[in-house]
Amino acid sequence: MNIQESVARAQSSLQEQPWRLFASQISVLVRTEVRRNLFTRRRIGFHLLAWIPVLFLLAHNIFDRRDIDPAQIENDTFVLAGIIQLYYFRLGIFFACMGIFTWLFRGEMVQRTLHYQFLAPVRKEVLVIGKFLAGAIISIALFETAVFACFCLTYSRFGSAGRSYVFDGPGIGQLGSYLLATALASLGYGAVFLALSLLFKNPIIPGAMLLGWETIAPIFPSWAQRLSVTFYLKHLCPVNLPIEGPMAIFTIVAEPVSPFVAVLGLLCLAITILVLSCFLIHRLEITYTAE
Amino acid sequence: MTHDARQIVFDNVSKFYGEVLGVNKVNFSLDPGITSLVGPNGSGKTTLMNLLTGLIKPSRGAIYVLGLTPQQPIEFFRQVGYCTQFDSFPPGTNGYDFIYWPLRLHGFGHDQSTKLTEEALERAGMAQVARRKVAGYSKGMRQRIRLAQAIAHHPSVLVLDEPLNGLDPMARSESIALFEAIAKQGMHVIISSHILEEVDRISDRVVLMSSGYVVAEGQIKEVRREVRDHPMQILVRCSNAAKLASAAFELDHVVEAKILSDGQSVLVRTRDAEQFSLLLNRIVSAGLVEVDAVAPADDDVNSIYQYLIGSDGSPT
Repeated sequence: MNIQESVARAQSSLQEQPWRLFASQISVLVRTEVRRNLFTRRRIGFHLLAWIPVLFLLAHNIFDRRDIDPAQIENDTFVLAGIIQLYYFRLGIFFACMGIFTWLFRGEMVQRTLHYQFLAPVRKEVLVIGKFLAGAIISIALFETAVFACFCLTYSRFGSAGRSYVFDGPGIGQLGSYLLATALASLGYGAVFLALSLLFKNPIIPGAMLLGWETIAPIFPSWAQRLSVTFYLKHLCPVNLPIEGPMAIFTIVAEPVSPFVAVLGLLCLAITILVLSCFLIHRLEITYTAE
Repeated sequence: MTHDARQIVFDNVSKFYGEVLGVNKVNFSLDPGITSLVGPNGSGKTTLMNLLTGLIKPSRGAIYVLGLTPQQPIEFFRQVGYCTQFDSFPPGTNGYDFIYWPLRLHGFGHDQSTKLTEEALERAGMAQVARRKVAGYSKGMRQRIRLAQAIAHHPSVLVLDEPLNGLDPMARSESIALFEAIAKQGMHVIISSHILEEVDRISDRVVLMSSGYVVAEGQIKEVRREVRDHPMQILVRCSNAAKLASAAFELDHVVEAKILSDGQSVLVRTRDAEQFSLLLNRIVSAGLVEVDAVAPADDDVNSIYQYLIGSDGSPT
């Protein structure tokens, strides 16, 4: 069989199985995007955003070698909650997702390479899903590892008391909740920034507006709060931060919803925004000179 | 407009970038073979190619490529390969990966993609340097690796935007041979180029563009015949140039008959080439002169370009 016959045979076989083709295309997109974006020098900023708290905790564990009182575990649990809820959910994951997900399409426009994907026999919706999944994998891999490292560093310094808190107490459950919320934060913010990058040539300004919205959302009615990512994340956090002092302006005050509703709500929000992105991408044209 | 599944059809296509005209009211259909888009910078050649391949959408009208539109991306882009003018590559990629991964995106498996990648690299003469980073390639190598990617999946329609730019004479000649081989297989090859001599040599037909409009389209000889404002130039090499020149001057449609410096050739400018060839037959039959060769002197793309677009057609 010559090469043209085998190409024709492969093509007709793939046309008969579009879902298999879509899955294979998504897998290729994910592999190429992850390879291009996760371990490159240009993405060092995202790694820093994820690992800054870990480095602080590590330094704290190394240099603060005073006798450690097991009763301090509760206090450190609040510190960890603060790091995760105030730093990661509000800033770290937010800005990393802004960088990762807006770059997926807009960055390729800036680099003048998006046409290679637009000239492939790939449905635009498949392109959106593939790139979104790649962004999600990058963000989740970065921040899940960082959150896990923060958790380990927080409790490891307490020795057996720490082990007991993690394995016999609420520790392991709290870790699970944080990891779940971290993954959902990546999906939620990722979907929003992907859509913004398809709507605006410069998504920085709408990104700043989104940050403002996520901050002030708690003062809005309940239905409006449900349009913010942090609304759902708050209900997945195992430790409630006390609302006092300067922290009060960051802390979400929302009507309680069950974790199941929070997970489902955030997933629905992400999927709705992704569907919108699938419509938006059809408007996108390759006009690099306009960028 | 009617169209068949072997043609590329532009049906009243216009494209505006805001208030700026890209192309306007483009209507033509192309059969398989080599078609050259010719026109000065900013005439709309790249816009036409981007419209054809779905990178931009028409403001008005419709485009059909072998009966397909870019709204059917899976079927459409299996048939179309586009080597753009954008000299940019995914950061950090090497020549091999640049071809291999898009083939995987086509849905080919690893073995098939490897085979097609190696074949495309071989055809473009890039097999030896395939594992080097594209960032380290010369301009000609970057041009050839883009060409290799465009042909790797064996498209039926190959669109090439200035494919000869940056190539040395050897690579240029190899590329032209490759285009001709592809066209001989019954495929469409659409080329935009400033190098009119080469376009002229390889094209089956031309589309001449100026300021967003198609000013002429068709086989080069047909287009030349359509340009009635400019008399056709015919070069005749014969045994008695003076006698031929004086006989030619007696015809109304002959506007000039110039004896060239070799003394054996006459350059005739006539508004009716058919009448002139009848005269030539009569003279030869009567044994007045012996004709060695007759050749049109200006039915090439360069002349048509000069007549219709008004510049010298040299690269800008």
